[in-house]
Amino acid sequence: MALLEVENLQTHFRTPDGGVNRAVDGLSFNVEAGQTVAIVGESGCGKSVTSMSILRLIPEPPGQIAGQIRFNGKNLLDLSDREMRAIRGNEISMIFQEPMTSLNPVLSIGKQIGEALRLHQGLSRSQAEAKAVEMLTLVGIPAPDKRVKEYPHQLSGGMRQRVMIAIALACNPKLLIADEPTTALDVTIQAQILDLMRDLKHRVGAAIVLITHDLGVVAEVAERVIVMYAGRKVEEARVEDLFRAPKHPYTQGLLGAVPKLGSSLDGTSERLAEIPGLVPSLKQKLQGCVFASRCPQVTELCRTAAPALEEKAPAHIAACHYAVKEAVPA
Amino acid sequence: MSTSLQPPRASVPEGVAVAAPLPDIMQPKVARKGFLGYLLRHPTIAFGGFLLLVMFCVAIFAPFLFTKDPTALAPVMRTRDPSAAHWFGTDMLGRDVYSRVLYGTRVSLMVGFGVAFCASVIGLTIGLVSGMVRWADSIIMRVMDGLMSIPSILLAIALMALTRGSVGNVILAITIAEIPRVSRLVRGVVLSLREQPYVDAAIACGTRTPVIIWRHILPNTLAPMTVQATYICASAMITEAILSFIGAGTPPIIPSWGNIMAEGRALWQVKPYIVFFPALFLSITVLAVNLLGDGLRDSLDPRLAKRV
Amino acid sequence: MSTTIAKPMPRHAGALLEVNDLKKHFPIKAGFFGGTTGHVYAVDGVSFHIEKGETLSLVGESGCGKSTVGKALLRLFPPTAGQVVLDGQRIDDLSQGKLRPIRRRVGVVFQDPFSSLNPRMRVKDLLAEPIRNYGLAKDSADLDERVAKLMDTVRLPRDAVNRWPHEFSGGQRQRICIARALAGEPDLIICDEAVSALDVSVKAQIVNLLQDLQKELGLALLFISHDLAIVEHMTHRVAVMYLGKIVEIAPRRELFSAPKHPYTEALLSAVPVPEPGAARKRIVLKGDVPSPINPPKGCRFHTRCPYAFDRCRTDEPQLQQTEPGQWAACHLHDLPAVKNPLARSAPKLAS
Repeated sequence: MALLEVENLQTHFRTPDGGVNRAVDGLSFNVEAGQTVAIVGESGCGKSVTSMSILRLIPEPPGQIAGQIRFNGKNLLDLSDREMRAIRGNEISMIFQEPMTSLNPVLSIGKQIGEALRLHQGLSRSQAEAKAVEMLTLVGIPAPDKRVKEYPHQLSGGMRQRVMIAIALACNPKLLIADEPTTALDVTIQAQILDLMRDLKHRVGAAIVLITHDLGVVAEVAERVIVMYAGRKVEEARVEDLFRAPKHPYTQGLLGAVPKLGSSLDGTSERLAEIPGLVPSLKQKLQGCVFASRCPQVTELCRTAAPALEEKAPAHIAACHYAVKEAVPA
Repeated sequence: MSTSLQPPRASVPEGVAVAAPLPDIMQPKVARKGFLGYLLRHPTIAFGGFLLLVMFCVAIFAPFLFTKDPTALAPVMRTRDPSAAHWFGTDMLGRDVYSRVLYGTRVSLMVGFGVAFCASVIGLTIGLVSGMVRWADSIIMRVMDGLMSIPSILLAIALMALTRGSVGNVILAITIAEIPRVSRLVRGVVLSLREQPYVDAAIACGTRTPVIIWRHILPNTLAPMTVQATYICASAMITEAILSFIGAGTPPIIPSWGNIMAEGRALWQVKPYIVFFPALFLSITVLAVNLLGDGLRDSLDPRLAKRV
Repeated sequence: MSTTIAKPMPRHAGALLEVNDLKKHFPIKAGFFGGTTGHVYAVDGVSFHIEKGETLSLVGESGCGKSTVGKALLRLFPPTAGQVVLDGQRIDDLSQGKLRPIRRRVGVVFQDPFSSLNPRMRVKDLLAEPIRNYGLAKDSADLDERVAKLMDTVRLPRDAVNRWPHEFSGGQRQRICIARALAGEPDLIICDEAVSALDVSVKAQIVNLLQDLQKELGLALLFISHDLAIVEHMTHRVAVMYLGKIVEIAPRRELFSAPKHPYTEALLSAVPVPEPGAARKRIVLKGDVPSPINPPKGCRFHTRCPYAFDRCRTDEPQLQQTEPGQWAACHLHDLPAVKNPLARSAPKLAS
């Protein structure tokens, strides 16, 4: 049994004009204990909605969730709000993109780290403060015993993101959901945070679901990658396999569209591969393959029959009728 | 491999794995198009607008709604309780309260909408100048600070004391008292709009400042301005009623809710209906305008509209 | 190679745009009377030039002043000091009225495609605005024709001119912004993070469009960006900014293969590369960028520099030529080559 098993997750929203936005449609994936899984995709592909659904942070209405999200065998969608609160911030915690708005400006950072500890682990005020200092040391904040009394506005963006990580890790979660944790940061600060995350992964041992649009970040941190497009999973593979031999035309297009640092050195800076067209509207139920409207290899079959996710190579699944199938041991 | 699945169409060849169809967990509702659909999506606008429409009809058709002359004295009929002949009873001079309240609607709506219009136009002009012209800003805003330090009701009373009591003068006095608030709001909106990249882009395109104000800034202030105007309208109606109640507003010869209540004040203990009915009408009208304002804010605010 | 005497950057008389010692200090107002209590030294002495048809990229992290340079060039605010020369004519001291006809020669595309288009104007009015301002159209038929041609240029359907901005996606809006920038038939387009807010697949479309337009129309681009991979793909030359100053300016190949400033080196090594297991030596800079209100004495980078020595804390380094066309502001180049960790040259091209 995997730590997190998402099965046939559907998160739909009612639009103001009465229609239905199928933000996440039939998503299934597993996360093993201690594993780092990245969910990549462009804006509107449903990756953030997925993370909010796992934590049950989708307001209902306008949203509605169907399917199963099993954490340690328990279906989170069956729990009461009270039981869910006991899991959130404790066994499952989250890091958001914008560290300024995710921290409470009127509480000292020590209080904010201690809050979860006192709530979930029943620590006393002084124990919580001591633990907060320990957590700040863990995330590499200099002079933690002074910093613990400071307020979010006194910290830089990178420091705030470290505090967010400290809060997320305070209760020793089994699963950490990181939604675009480095997107708002400068490149030198991003490098610091990625280093920290890699380091903590070994020391803390929590499983991580990393939501990002940045393939560079995926390559640096993740072990397994799920590529999402228009609310569906189109490909899933180990990170090396995905970057070495992508099976789905969307993944291929995505990798081709990213310029690589160092491309000028071989003297050829070829044109970037484009994925023509636009992401289809999620307000209609899509017939056939979700990528059919932009796919360079599209055929009539793709427009009529949606391809199933199939194992195209060992531990490498993709939803494409025409992806080459390598020998899969039975 | 899910070859056991039935392909949805006959054209799908044998051996092609087709994804299982996804259920609909939510049925789409067919939204009504057009004006009616808009009202259904915004019930506060519909309800507030409906109440206000009723009030407007009352004001316009007052002479045809079984009213009597609202100023006709009838000393023998003084302070009658509500009855078939006098639906809301009569006051201490024997005038029909029902007729007076219905005619009073005219004054309230005229003052409310008159002030909202005048204060918006003047406040918009001052706010635009203040937001766009640096050197004028500090002078104008200090003047507005000064005006705002006087409670608006006192300012209106003082202005009324200088003039003859008439509906026009009431509108003028309340407008002057409201202008500082409106110009501050507009200035704030203008200051945030002029930082918008599209304003920078317009400058870089060689657009002149007056055109930028007219084409890029003014249209984008109208939505918050409309919402603010409804609140001004509601507060102006209340201010008018207060002014008339203390005798500094509409002259006694024109019935307004404020002076009807003022006249019934002495008899409040024994004949409460003389105060009750104009107060009820005032509350309903103010509620209607505020509902309309809240509804407009929700429907015009782009931040709310962008949510999924 | 290292030079011991710092020579000033030469003037570039024939260049399309020449910027000399540009400064922009924003006063910090505080207190009841709005007195000035300090300055934000957003741009503090920046010099560069752009040739006709060339792309110069301005890179750096947030707060380094790269966007302020772009806005000062556009005169969205007056520069504090310095000269801006466009095609031999000084434009930094012109009045807004005199500057207006010259604005035609410089277009701009901003970062956020959602807030750079007035939501209450149709596409045709957005595109017609600069054409009308500069009086380029003879009559209304000519105006419509020019607007339609602009739509062709940015590969948007002609019949979309009657639609509102909110009906378009982010990438399409950015195409409209590019069309507007092209409306005055400019020689130079300033792209202020023009592709940063776009999704990967759309970003590639816009990057390709900009490159095609540059070839078709002979445009010069000032490409302001924090994304080094895109910059390397697009640019001819690069200027790296840190805390309001250019620390290195060099042709693309030299800068990306053999950076001559420690900051450039760290910046390049910090970029995550979409290649799992790529063995790279990463220089992770300690700490944060200091405040531009109170920049460090001496070299502004010395608080984070892995190679900083005594002189860096007191003397401010000037830009000096280390390789032909490559200028860097670093004291390391005054040391003997054996002690200079940045002394290696760019590898020669095989063919």
